[in-house]
Amino acid sequence: MSVDTATVRRIAHLSRIAVTDEEVTHLQSELNAILAFIEQLRGVDVENVEPMTSVTPMLLKKRQDEVTDGFIADEIVANAPQPEDHFFVVPKVVE
Amino acid sequence: MNDLTNLTLADARDGLKARKFSSRELTEAHLAAIAAARPLNAFLKETPDRALAMATASDERLARGEAGTLEGLPLGIKDLYCTEGVETTAASRILQGFVPPYESTVTSQLWRDGAVMLGKLNLDEFAMGSSNETSAFGPVVSPWRRNGSDAKLVPGGSSGGSAAAVAARLCLGATATDTGGSIRQPAAFTGTVGIKPTYGRCSRWGTVAFASSLDQAGPIARNVRDAAILLRSMAGPDAKDSTSVDRPVPDYEAAVGRSTKGKKIGIPREYRLDGMSSEIEALWQSGIAWLRDAGAEIVDVSLPHTKHALPAYYIVAPAEASSNLARYDGVRYGLRVPGKDVLEMYERTRAGGFGREVRRRIMIGTYVLSAGYYDAYYVRAQKVRTLIKRDFEEAFGQGVDAILTPATPSAAFAIGEKISADPVEMYLNDIFTVTVNMAGLPGIAVPGGLDKDGLPLGLQLIGRPFEEEMLFALAQVIEDAAPKVEWPQRWWQPVDKMIYPT
Repeated sequence: MSVDTATVRRIAHLSRIAVTDEEVTHLQSELNAILAFIEQLRGVDVENVEPMTSVTPMLLKKRQDEVTDGFIADEIVANAPQPEDHFFVVPKVVE
Repeated sequence: MNDLTNLTLADARDGLKARKFSSRELTEAHLAAIAAARPLNAFLKETPDRALAMATASDERLARGEAGTLEGLPLGIKDLYCTEGVETTAASRILQGFVPPYESTVTSQLWRDGAVMLGKLNLDEFAMGSSNETSAFGPVVSPWRRNGSDAKLVPGGSSGGSAAAVAARLCLGATATDTGGSIRQPAAFTGTVGIKPTYGRCSRWGTVAFASSLDQAGPIARNVRDAAILLRSMAGPDAKDSTSVDRPVPDYEAAVGRSTKGKKIGIPREYRLDGMSSEIEALWQSGIAWLRDAGAEIVDVSLPHTKHALPAYYIVAPAEASSNLARYDGVRYGLRVPGKDVLEMYERTRAGGFGREVRRRIMIGTYVLSAGYYDAYYVRAQKVRTLIKRDFEEAFGQGVDAILTPATPSAAFAIGEKISADPVEMYLNDIFTVTVNMAGLPGIAVPGGLDKDGLPLGLQLIGRPFEEEMLFALAQVIEDAAPKVEWPQRWWQPVDKMIYPT
């Protein structure tokens, strides 16, 4: 399987990464090299094999449903590029 | 003060307890060594004020007889671990300036036990790389050089800063992380010891996520004993990581020196690659002989799905990365590049903030998870992963206690040597280590000697789940039997700072 330039642009958009025309050409050959490498898995017989869902055989731990922290809004917005009071500011989303 | 930086972690611990020197003296010696080693670019951030404050507090606890297991010992921290109040970047522009208001579980346990933080260590961006060349803040230069050459070599990756700093004696030990070989490959390249414990042994909480079903924390140290001491402090259950395992942490140091008589060591024939260098083959044979001499029984084993591990890894790891790295959107933390609307802001932020390799992996991950390809790529790779794990279970089911392999297909290479148009060439570095992550097993890299150019080569031991003690015992046998290797001379130090010629 190999990707064309239109597919590279579609993947970049799905990934929310802006790409220039020049980058699309490079990415196409790099992605195709990686895809050609992973293509060899097609030859593996995986009939009746369950996909791995848990690395260690264990039941997922559950914790008590209780409040363990809170009232740290200052800390939460401390690293935001554009905070206002205790909000994250983004470009207008709804017209 | 170079003499204090040449101590092992265990010797420094014993020296502090015997009051031969103070933690402050030990810490100052390391801070001076770090300042003189800036050409190596191993540290992204030095934290001397914090280090000296922690050392002073340690000296007070030592004086009161309240010392923890790592009391007063200066360590380097891979810049993937969030450290409260100290910038944490994952070597990425997108996190530049990020100051976590919390501490990762693993590092908080090191501080609980009295360790001193010297600073944050360089790495491949988001731990994606095998040479430390993808760091947004420049590559790390290995303290090792080929005989008669001053070509700059890579220390391996992604924990390249950790491995370089330990080998250059800038810290007594360092934290590292391993998703496909990122502890073991740099350890092998630098003549250090690195262990990736069983998946779930160390908490992942507060460590910047790359591929959550593969990531594990572990130490890099100058010998097997030091690695055992560090892992004991780093490991343990954590309510904040649901995949951390509720098992008590053994005293790993007690396993160092334990008899390995009668232990069964598997040699997997599938690791004998076509065109494998004769030096790697000779290293492997030496390892076999050393373990046999210590009373171990050597048996052939088969791990038939080995060759599928790397391609399966390059589906699973990018898929998980594309999901984990979706959080870097320019809204809550890190870089923001403005755009005309929110979508353009996202796209510009992520294009400007992520480096080439990270963008490439996010895109591969996005592709293999996208509609129409999910079953063909991702589900198939997870099935292959089941087969890889089954191979190991069958070998261990035949009574094998551990498996011995080379750690890497070659010694360290030069900076720039493997940055080609084909990213797969770099990926092949992890061919011997990646199976271990896919199966969630523990693996340790231990030095086995030098190649013809005078560069370190490493062996890898793979264990049953949660049998890290077995790995420490066997690795110590190799360390004792392997030719003694001198640490590299401090060629990077300015001449006027060379207090003691080394």
